Amino acid sequence: MNTLNDAHDDALVLYGEAFTSRFLLGTALYPSPMVMQEAIAAAGCDMLTLGLRRQNPAGGDGEAFWQILRESGCRLLPNTAGCRSAREAITLAEMSRELFDTPWIKLEVIGDDYNLQPDPFGLLEAARELIDQGFKVLPYCTDDLVLCQRLREAGCQALMPWGAPIGTGRGLMNRYALGTLRERLDVPLIIDAGLGAPSQAAEAMEMGFDGVLLNTAVARARRPAQMAAAFARAIEAGREAFRAGLMERRQTASPSTPTLGQPFWHTGQQ
Amino acid sequence: MNEITLSLNGEPARLPEGTALATALQRWGYGERRVAVAVNDAFAPRSTWPQRTLDDGDRIDIVAPVGGG
Repeated sequence: MNTLNDAHDDALVLYGEAFTSRFLLGTALYPSPMVMQEAIAAAGCDMLTLGLRRQNPAGGDGEAFWQILRESGCRLLPNTAGCRSAREAITLAEMSRELFDTPWIKLEVIGDDYNLQPDPFGLLEAARELIDQGFKVLPYCTDDLVLCQRLREAGCQALMPWGAPIGTGRGLMNRYALGTLRERLDVPLIIDAGLGAPSQAAEAMEMGFDGVLLNTAVARARRPAQMAAAFARAIEAGREAFRAGLMERRQTASPSTPTLGQPFWHTGQQ
Repeated sequence: MNEITLSLNGEPARLPEGTALATALQRWGYGERRVAVAVNDAFAPRSTWPQRTLDDGDRIDIVAPVGGG
């Protein structure tokens, strides 16, 4: 199970469902629906996030947007972005389930407007209720170990800790905490939010994270489709590296070329 | 006929007393649109729209898909 040949067997399994791609992509902030469509194709992703917002009758009906998502063939993962309490998030999740005919939900309960940090208390409360209702909950959470353990105990079969606050592009802010999550939790972990560069996505995958969810880094790139392709390769590379097993870090240098038979042995130092 | 005043996506709206949610949605132009509805912050499943009578002061939220992360 360690070669590139069986990479196609290395599926990401979420709630018993297998996904070929470990790249989850958001659908906001693109310059146009066509650019988004190109980015989705370039990412090769199997799952797309989207949101729900108030719709006024005079406004467009978003049918073009909806059509692109449907034609992508991707599993839709509606979010509860912007919800400030468990109650709001539960209601929006119920609305999403009806509208998209899916039990999948990216659960967000925001606790602070400055860094859009998840509210751990509201998140856990909402997760418990939604799992009772039969939802497949993917909670957007902080990297707090105990919160993640509680979410796991509540029945979340995958977790989505932040790398950094949404839209910051800062990468993995707390490698220690994230590494601890990986060490201590046996469920799929998807880094959600805060990644800005493919190298950061590769780093997350090398650490053993199971997937990456991106939006701003792709949508706000000068050429989103090209950036989506770059991230897709980085995620695959990071995953392969993790499966291959990284070498251990050392403090001191160790020659890779044999020293035995070295010509001119120390002659210059006498 | 008496009128009631309620909130439609945060804006004031008026309807004849006893109007059903399904009728209100038609009247407001949502017709066949892909929307989901909450009344007073609670989810109102589509199956309940014909029977659900709106009351004075009700808060209606109508949402549709948008891009999201």
